Amino acid sequence: MQKSPITRSEPDEHGHWGEFGGRYVPETLVAPLDELTNEFMRARQDPNFWGECNQLLRDYCGRPTPLFHARRLTAHAGGAQIYLKREDLLHTGAHKINNAVGQALLARRMGKRRVIAETGAGQHGVATATVCALFGLHCVVYMGAEDVRRQALNVFRMRLLGAEVITVNAGTRTLKDAINEALRDWVTNVDDTYYLLGSALGPHPYPLMVRQFQSVIGREAREEILSVTGKLPRALIACVGGGSNAIGLFHPFIADEQVRLIGVEAGGRGDSLGEHAARFHSGTASGGGQVGVLQGTMSYVLQDTNGQIATTHSISAGLDYSAIGPEHAFLHNSGRAEYIRASDAEALEGFRLCARLEGIIPALETSHAIMPAIRVAHELSRDEVIIINLSGRGDKDVQLVAGLQPQ
Amino acid sequence: MSRIRDTFAELKHTARGGFIPFITAGDPDLVTTELLLIELAAAGADIIELGVPFSDPVADGEVIQRASERALRKGVTLSDVLRCVSNVKQHIEVPIVLFSYLNPLLKFGKDQLAEEAKRTGVDAVLITDLIPEEGGPWITAFHDHGIELIFLVAPTTSNDRLARIAQLASGFIYAVSRSGVTGERNEIPRDAESLVKRARAASDLPIAVGFGISTAEQVRQVWRFADAAVTGSAIVRQIESLADSPDLVARYEAKN
Repeated sequence: MQKSPITRSEPDEHGHWGEFGGRYVPETLVAPLDELTNEFMRARQDPNFWGECNQLLRDYCGRPTPLFHARRLTAHAGGAQIYLKREDLLHTGAHKINNAVGQALLARRMGKRRVIAETGAGQHGVATATVCALFGLHCVVYMGAEDVRRQALNVFRMRLLGAEVITVNAGTRTLKDAINEALRDWVTNVDDTYYLLGSALGPHPYPLMVRQFQSVIGREAREEILSVTGKLPRALIACVGGGSNAIGLFHPFIADEQVRLIGVEAGGRGDSLGEHAARFHSGTASGGGQVGVLQGTMSYVLQDTNGQIATTHSISAGLDYSAIGPEHAFLHNSGRAEYIRASDAEALEGFRLCARLEGIIPALETSHAIMPAIRVAHELSRDEVIIINLSGRGDKDVQLVAGLQPQ
Repeated sequence: MSRIRDTFAELKHTARGGFIPFITAGDPDLVTTELLLIELAAAGADIIELGVPFSDPVADGEVIQRASERALRKGVTLSDVLRCVSNVKQHIEVPIVLFSYLNPLLKFGKDQLAEEAKRTGVDAVLITDLIPEEGGPWITAFHDHGIELIFLVAPTTSNDRLARIAQLASGFIYAVSRSGVTGERNEIPRDAESLVKRARAASDLPIAVGFGISTAEQVRQVWRFADAAVTGSAIVRQIESLADSPDLVARYEAKN
C-alpha cells in the first residue's frame, strides 16, 4: 500500500520547494489547478484509490519490476556491483505508465472525459493513449514536429491506441512547444478536459503529484536492494529531462544521507547555448541555465541574457527540454543531489555497451546514465552497490541509431 | 492621481467607453512601433497595451505568437521596448501598459524594471503568468515606484478569489472574456458580462474586457457593461498583413 511519505523535500502547501516550484500560470488555470490539487490530496489519503492504482500497476503494467544484477557491466566497470531497476519491462516500455495510470484514475474521479497530454520521445504519449484506451477516455496528444519525425514509431502506436496526435509546428518543434500547445488547449477547454502532464514539471500540483506516482520506483528498489544485499546502495543514477524517473527513484532515499543521488542531464553536442539540455550548466556569455519561470514553475531554465527561453539539443527527444523539475532545482541547491552531464556520444556508447554486455537495449534517454554510472562504480569497491534506473527500453530508438552507423 | 485613474475618471465624466489597443513591440520593427503608438494615440486610444515579445507565449493565440516571433527575430529586448516608450512619451500623453510574460522581467530584475518603467514613462505592467499569490515582491517593487500592476480575472475565478485579487490590484482590472487564449472570435460570450458584474461587486476599480474583442460592434457591446475594451489580435493581424509595405502606418490609419 502506498503511503505519503513526509520528508525534508515536502513542498509547502502552494507547491514551493524553497524558491522553486509554485504556480506561474494565466488566471484561467488557477481554478482547475485548485480543483486538481484538492482531488489529488483527497485521493492521496484514500485507501480505495491506492487499492485500485496498485492493482492496475501489478496486473496491467507488470509491477513490481525486477532489480537486475548487471554482472557484465559490473565486470566492465571494475568496481561496485551495478544493479538495474528494470522500468523498461513495464507495459508500454517505460516508467511513464506509472504516472499515466495514477492520473487517469484521478481524471475519472473528477468526471473528465477528455484527456490531453504532451509528449517528447513519445513514451508519455503512448502511456497516456494506453490508459485512455483502457478507461474509454478521449485522448489528444501534442507532439513537436521534430519529435514526430524522430519518433515516428511512437506516433503510429498512439494512433493505433485511438489517440489523436496533433503535430506542433511552433517554436523549436520539440517538447517545450508541445507543452505550450497543451496548455493553450487546457486553458480553452478547462471544463471537460484533464491535462495529464508527463513529467515532474509545470504548476503545482503536478511536480508533487508526478513524484508521488513515480516514487513507486524508489520504494521497490529500496526494498529489493535491502532484501538482496542487506544494505543500501552507495549511489543512485538516473537520466533527467523534466526529471520524473529520477525523482521517482531518488525520493524514497532522500533521508538516507549516505546514498548519493546523481542525475544525468543531456550534454548534447557542445557547451554553447542551444547545443545541450544541461540546465545546471550556467553557460557562456550568451546565456545558460539560470533560475527562471517556464510553463508554470520556477526552476533552472536555459535562457539567453534577455530572458528568452533557449533552444536545446539532445540526441534523445525525452531529455530535449529547456527547464528541469523544481524539486531537482531544490535538491541541487541544497546539495542533496548531484547533477552531471553526458554527451550525445556518451549516450550512444552507453546504449551500445548495455546492449552488448547485458542484452538490454535501453532508451536513448536512459542511455545517458550508463557511462557515468560505470565511472561511479569504478571508484567504489566490489562490495558496494549502485543502482541505475533503466527507465525505458530502446526499441523506439533503434531506427535512429541505425541511421547513425557506422560512425 | 495616476494617469490611468485620470483617464478612467475622464471617461466616466464624459460617459464614454474606453478603447485600449494592443500591439507587440518590435513588430515589424521598433521604429514602426513608435510611429504606431503615436498614431494610435492620435486616433483616440485611451490607454495602449504594449506587448513585450517572449519566446513561449502560452496565453496567446497564433496571431500574437507570430508577432512575438517576428520581433524576436529582429532581436528586440525589454530594454529596446523601454527605450521605445521613452521616445514616444515625448510626443504622447496616453498611458502605456506593458503586457509581458514573467521570465524576461525576472531576468531584467524587478527593482530595475520598476525604476526604468518610472523613468521611461510606463504607467503600468500586466504580467500574464503572475498570479497575486506569487506576486508579492512585484507588487511591493512597483508600488514603491508608483507603477501600477494590473491583474487579470477570468470566468473561472471564484468570488472569494475576485475579492482577494481586487484588494491587490491597482489601475484597472483586466477581465478575460473567455477561457482561452488571445485571438479574434465571432461573438462575446455571456460569461464576460457576468464576470464583469461579479468583479464590480468585489472592486471599485474600472474594468476592461479583453481576449477575442475584434470588431467595432464587439467593442460597443463591451461598453454596455464594462469601462473599456481591449483589442489585440485584430490589430496585430492588420500589422502583419501590411508589414512589408513602407507606408504601413499611413495605410493602417486609412483603414481605421
